[in-house]
Order: sequence, then structure tokens, then C-alpha cells
Amino acid sequence: MYICPVEYEIKPHQKLNLGLKEIWLFREMLFFFAWRDIKVKYKQTVLGFLWAILQPLLLMSIFSLAGSALNIPSESLPHPLFTYSALTLWMIFSTGISNAGNSMISNANIIRKIYFPRLIIPISSVLTALFDFLMAFIILIGMMIFYHDRIKFELDKFLLLFPVSIIITVISTFGIGSLLAALTIKYRDFRYVTPFLVQFLMFVTPVIYPISVFHFTGSKYLLAINPMYSAVELFRSGFNGQILELRLVAISLFFAVMLFIVGIYYFRKTEADFADLA
Amino acid sequence: MRDAITSVFRRSTEVSEDFYALKDISFNVEQGECIGIIGKNGAGKSTLLKILSRITPPTTGNIISRGRMASLLEVGTGFHPELTGRENVFLNGSILGMSSKEISSKFDEIIDFSGTEKFLDTPLKFYSSGMQLRLAFSVAAFLEPEIMVIDEVLAVGDAEFQKKCMGKMEDVNKNGRTILFVSHDLNAVQNLCKKAILLKDGQISMTGESDDVINHYLHSGSHVSNSWTQKADIKHPYFKKIDVKIGGKQPHLKLTINASVKCFPEMATSFISYDIFSKMGTPIGQAIPKLEPFIKPSGETIDLVSEIDINGFIPGDYYLDAWLGPHFSETYDWQKECIEFSIIESPQKNRTYQHYPAHGFIVPESRLI
Repeated sequence: MYICPVEYEIKPHQKLNLGLKEIWLFREMLFFFAWRDIKVKYKQTVLGFLWAILQPLLLMSIFSLAGSALNIPSESLPHPLFTYSALTLWMIFSTGISNAGNSMISNANIIRKIYFPRLIIPISSVLTALFDFLMAFIILIGMMIFYHDRIKFELDKFLLLFPVSIIITVISTFGIGSLLAALTIKYRDFRYVTPFLVQFLMFVTPVIYPISVFHFTGSKYLLAINPMYSAVELFRSGFNGQILELRLVAISLFFAVMLFIVGIYYFRKTEADFADLA
Repeated sequence: MRDAITSVFRRSTEVSEDFYALKDISFNVEQGECIGIIGKNGAGKSTLLKILSRITPPTTGNIISRGRMASLLEVGTGFHPELTGRENVFLNGSILGMSSKEISSKFDEIIDFSGTEKFLDTPLKFYSSGMQLRLAFSVAAFLEPEIMVIDEVLAVGDAEFQKKCMGKMEDVNKNGRTILFVSHDLNAVQNLCKKAILLKDGQISMTGESDDVINHYLHSGSHVSNSWTQKADIKHPYFKKIDVKIGGKQPHLKLTINASVKCFPEMATSFISYDIFSKMGTPIGQAIPKLEPFIKPSGETIDLVSEIDINGFIPGDYYLDAWLGPHFSETYDWQKECIEFSIIESPQKNRTYQHYPAHGFIVPESRLI
């Protein structure tokens, strides 16, 4: 019935393990954190959860207008669908990592007074972002149905690659989120750095433009370092009929996993000092 | 639970040496014991609790704990003003370590104890601070860990609520649960705990029965002594050493003074007196333990133990003068302000407001008839 283990030893901090078992023990607290964040986010708003849909829709409209004005190609997809699909995935990443850092600071009080595996905080930001994605995804399906005659929808490819792209997004968000969370709590500068980082990353990810605008192969490889590249490409490939450039996807995947490991390792390494720094 | 802890709290730039918030702490707690942890501010009490609660890891050492432990370092941790009372009970309960099943089953009891049933579904930000506190404490009160670690959380709230909380704590203890209780409220510690540990500057100064430890804490600054040597050709008696201890309990405190006097064959039979002054120099009283001269001429050093009743003295710092002579117009030795002692506890039980020297240094015992 109780969360903490019955007999344990408190020792000076040993860094290496992920602490997954402990996170599982504390899963209810994780659920409550995510539930609280989601509820509070939309409390006292008139539109409530609709904002989860409105935000990507509004962004999409802006970028579609800009895109067609600037003649940005959209890989055989209708421009709104091209942008919106990537945006829904991108929102998981951007809100996830922004909230991970800020969440540590807003939960500072709890960190100082209660023991729990601190990784729960970035995980709950990812979960909150995923919840918003669920809302936005429904609209995406609607949009795909609306444009069904203008897209090359391959069901089996989509059903395979779409969950994979979600997983890659979650891994990247969690990895970079944990890294930023640990950095933010120690160096508050990151509170101001993170918005810039997110903005910058969006422009180097093929969200509002396809990677084909870059003709120089070198730049393509550079952009492929971005873990979100593979997530976005894989997601869209289920219905844009394009062939994936597997080498680029592989590079991106590799960096996603690397950042995941680095992020969590750094977080666990510095975890012991959080209560003093919070 | 047996632990040995040392904790380092590293200050950033200026000081290059390490600061040990706790050092060489080692103690055992048996099941069902209720131990009070007392000490001045900065002694390391909260750091000790933080380590026990796994919030800060120790720098060296380890703790072995058997039994589910819950820490109450603050009530209402995690309460969010936008969520309703009901939602906050679940959130807070989960943060404190209860499973949602447990919270649901105890939900009605919790709300009943807090007395906030009417406002269950309004957001917490509309609650008064008293209601928030009651709700917070109610959740904490129904935790059922085997070991409970409490940090001065009972210090807030009105008297009626505090009584309720203390009652709950006593019930918890009677049910065989182990409690570690940090508090500045020495009455609460005395009532609740049989054993106590006194922390001083990060180290254990004393462990034992809570009455003894509390007494030691209150009077620990006041076992003071002073000693003198005189030139070899001195022919009149003098104080070699004076040792003062405060004992007893307010309002009946006692100064026990142990004086070593070097006597000479040429001296006249002498006596001693002790003058008590406030820190500011206001004379309070003169104690003459024996009126007639009694220190006989000899070549020895003799020990004189005197006891002075200092009933009803207000908290503060006091000085002692020691005087030695054959009669008041001739002085053999006069050590002015040789001893300083402090009184911490008020002579009036349950008095919460300050004492002012302007109203006098003594609180005489009085009663309505």
C-alpha cells in the first residue's frame, strides 16, 4: 500500500542507475503531478482544453500564410497539412522541454521538503505535452480526412511509423528536457536561454519547410543531427508518399538516443544538490 | 535505526574550508520510541531531518531504516491554490506517500477531522489560512507510516488546533509507531517524548530522558567557571576557582556555587557573599550563605559549596560578584563580574510574551484568592 520500500539504507549519493524501478514505485505521484499540471493549465480559462487545439492551429495558419507568400514548397502535401502535422509533434517537444526547466523551479517547494525521484518532474512535463498532443491529433485526423484526395495515405506505413515518431519525440523531449531541468535549477540563466533554444530549434527542423530546400548535401547532414528531424520526417512519410532518406534518419535517431542518455545521466548526477539549489 | 552521518554544505566562493552542518552523528531508535530532537537554531536539526527524509544525501555515513517512513517537514506541501480542497487532499496525500486507494478510504475521516466539509469543492485559494492549515494537517494526521519524522509543524495554528494535533500525535505514538519530533516547544517535547537528543553546533551534545536533556539545554550555557592565580608573596586569602551551575526548574531555580578559597594562617576568620547583577549592571540581590565568619585561618585551600535560590528570575543574562572578607569593611578578595550565567526559560509557565527588565527582574509567585 505504501510507496517507499520497507527497509532501506540511506547512503551518500551513487550516481549511475536510471532509477526506473523507483519511478515505477512512485507512479501514482507522477500521475498526480501530470494531472495537476494539466488541470491547472486550463483552470479559469473559458476555452479550456480547446487551447491545446487552437495553439497549433493558429501557428499553422501563420506559417501557412508565410509559407505560401514566400513560396516554400510542401513536398506534395497541401501546405496546411504539411505544417500542422509537424507542428503537433513539435509542440510536444517545445512545450515539453520549456516546461521541464520551469517545472523544476515552480516545484522547488516540494523538492525541498519531500523525497521522490526528481525525474518525475521532467517526465510529467512530457506527459502534459502528450495530453495536448492527443487533442491536436484529433484535428489532424480530421484534416487528413478533409484532404484525403490530395494525399498519398499508406495505412500500413503510417501505422508503423507514426508511433515510432512519437517515441522518438518523447525520447528527445525527455532527454533534452532532463538536461535543461538540471541545468536550469543550478544556472537560472537557462530560464532565459530555453525560449531562444526552442525557437532556434524550430527553424532548424523541417517543420514549416521540407528538408529538400537545402540543395547542399552537407547542410542536410548538419540538420539531420537534430533528433526531431527523424520524428517529423517519419511522421509525415505515412501520408506524403515520399521516400525517406534513411541515412539522415539514422543520424537523427542516433543523436536522439545520445541526448537521452546524456540528459538523464546529467540529471541523475546532479540530483543530490537539487534540494539545496531549489 | 542506526545512523552515522556527516553532511557537508559547501559555501560557494569566500570560505575555502568545509562547513559541516552535522558531524559524527550516531544514534539508534527502537521501534515505538518517541524521540525529541532539540537544540538552538542552527544546531543542525532540520539538516538531520532532511537527511532522514532522503532530501539531501549525507556526505559520508549511512542510515539503516526499517519500516515505512513519512516526513512532515511542512504541512500543505504541494497544495495548489487553483485546485479544490478535494483535489488537493489527493494531491497532497500522494505527495506524502499515500496510495490513491488509501486516500479514498480515509477521505471522509480526513475531511471530518479538518472541519472543512462545506468547502470541499471550492478552490483552495478561497480558503482562509486557518482552513488550509487544518486541511493540510488532517491529511498528514492520517498517514500511517511506521516511522514518522516531524519538523516543528505543530508550531502553527490556534491553541485549539494545536491541542488536536498533539492529541493525534499521542494516539499515533500509543499505536506503536516511532516518532522523531523536532521542536522548539519544549513543553510539547516533554509531553510527547520519553527520550530526547540535544544537538549543538552539528553534534550530539546529550541523549537521555527528555526531562534531563531539556534541563541541560535550558541551562547549558550556565555551567561556567573562573579561576585565578595570585602572586607568590600574597598573604591574604583569595578565590582560586569559582564554578557555577544552575539547576532546578523555573520558577524554582538554584545556583550551586563551588568556590575554592586559599587560606593563610595570618588571616582573620572570614565569610563570603555573592552579589547578583543584571547584564546592565543593575544590582538584584546579595546572597550571604552564612552570616557569621566561618572560614578559619589555615594554610589550606578549602572548597565551599553554596546554594542560592534564584526564584522567579526573568530570562536574561546575569553577573555574579564574589566577595571574601572578615567583615564588610575589610575585603580580602573581591572578584567582580567573575561569572556570567543565562536564564532561558520564563518563570511563568505558558507565558508567551516577553519579559521586560524595566518591570523588574523577579516575577514573584502570585495567585488569585
